[in-house]
Amino acid sequence: MNSIVVEGLVKTYGSVHALDGLNMKVEAGSVFGFMGPNGAGKTTTMRILTGLAKPSSGQAWVAGVNLSEDGRDLSRHIGYLPEEPAFYPWMTPLEFLDYLGRLYGLQAKIRSVRARELLEMVKLGDSGKRRIGGFSRGMRQRLGIAAALVNQPDVLLLDEPASALDPAGRKEVLDLIDSLRGQCTVLMSTHILADVERVCDVVGIVANGKLIVQSPRQALLDKYALPVFEIEASETVLLQGWVDSVRNQPWFASAEVNGSKARLVVKDVNQAKHDLLPGAVRFGLVIDRYEELKPSLEDIFLRLVGGEELK
Amino acid sequence: MNFMVVFRKELMEQWRTSKVLIVTAVLFMFGLTSPLLAKYTPEMLAAIPNLPAALSGLIPPPTVADAIAQYVKNMSQFGILLALLMSMGSVAQEKERGTAALILTRPVSRGTFLLAKFAGLAVTFTVSLLLAALGCWYYTYLLFEALPWGAFLAQNGLMLVVFLVYVAMTLLCSTLVRNQAGAGGLAFGGLILLSGLGAFPRLAEYLPGQLFAWGVSLSLGIVKTAWPALWVSLGLIVIFLGAAVLVFQRQEL
Repeated sequence: MNSIVVEGLVKTYGSVHALDGLNMKVEAGSVFGFMGPNGAGKTTTMRILTGLAKPSSGQAWVAGVNLSEDGRDLSRHIGYLPEEPAFYPWMTPLEFLDYLGRLYGLQAKIRSVRARELLEMVKLGDSGKRRIGGFSRGMRQRLGIAAALVNQPDVLLLDEPASALDPAGRKEVLDLIDSLRGQCTVLMSTHILADVERVCDVVGIVANGKLIVQSPRQALLDKYALPVFEIEASETVLLQGWVDSVRNQPWFASAEVNGSKARLVVKDVNQAKHDLLPGAVRFGLVIDRYEELKPSLEDIFLRLVGGEELK
Repeated sequence: MNFMVVFRKELMEQWRTSKVLIVTAVLFMFGLTSPLLAKYTPEMLAAIPNLPAALSGLIPPPTVADAIAQYVKNMSQFGILLALLMSMGSVAQEKERGTAALILTRPVSRGTFLLAKFAGLAVTFTVSLLLAALGCWYYTYLLFEALPWGAFLAQNGLMLVVFLVYVAMTLLCSTLVRNQAGAGGLAFGGLILLSGLGAFPRLAEYLPGQLFAWGVSLSLGIVKTAWPALWVSLGLIVIFLGAAVLVFQRQEL
């Protein structure tokens, strides 16, 4: 069952196509990493899915609510964290969460308990009665996450949830998102690939307003990542000669030699494994280190979006 | 939907950001000082050294009508100015800051969001004007004579309607643009336009400004009404708010 379904979503601003026929399905209970370069359409998609913007054409369903037909019900099913969450500076976090709880019609006792629980969860328990106006960016980000969870949403839309946080804060937020797996569906836009690798089950990469790939994270890595082998040898001239000798092999994709270290990208990992070491030994190379590297999501991302600059 | 929740938040905001205090302090001060100025300005003028006797004889003795005129003059200037200043950031600032996006993804309609703001400002101006009226009535009683309570309250009610016309107009301006300076500029343009139209006598009798004159007549017991201006003013409030809601519903945040 899908929590989010997007079909042929188009959004134009004058002659600019922010979204150009976006199709996407997000399975219920999954943590979906929504990646893409600057201007790819991530935030526009988020704004449409929260009802803040209307599509030029196409349809979308979030938690079973058709946005083009009855968007009014949507707000009860979603939690939303904007990229830069904003609050009323004169309020305290407890007052703000209480205000949101009132909007959802929660009873006073439930509001009070939930506000305190959420603040504890995002490590703001001691700051519940401080004015939000004095909060740091990281504190506001964490409060934004708490605010997004007030109504225990079916679908949580997070726009760059960890980008403003320090490493410790990022870990806490990612752990928190990880703990929500199975409880609600999380759509998380980010440009931090390590975050996606860490918590997302499924990855969608958007470029030029279209989803160019959507796949379970590991399947994506298996399918698109070209395996890389690193070989270190102290005889640098011999290493360069050996690399030149394998360039015409059918499994060879590209190579980079840097001093005593050669980095080989291969097309056929099995064939390369079979040929690499025996070939190097026959060439007379004395190998100090041989390693098959784990393919990274960043390599795939850059390859799929044509090396465009990351956000 | 959720009107009372947002309205409560608006009242809290008016209180915490000292908007209530500012509006109340300014209007109350002018309420108190208007009868004082009316009473003592002629005396101060007469006390100018070496003022020719013929000229001092021209200064008429102050009356209760002067106190009311001074009160209306001050309120019409500062009340309207405050209506613009307090309302211009209401929507624009929330859009600019991003709080509107955060709140409007909750179960709050855009109409509720706007109307609660109007209601919050209306409460602030009602309370402030009541206190100002109390101050003015008391000092007028001390320095001149007691004003008829009912008529004076009705006069202030008419002034409140004028203020609310400008609050509604400024809310519309605040909805149309994305920053409060732009909203303020637009609202000031609207103020100039309405004031300019008031220069045409046949048109003026239908404009909100006419309610000030009606109010003075009420307090002084003069039979003079301006019902067309009242209906137009109430109509303008509805039109401005309706337009603001329609515009806001179509806006992307």
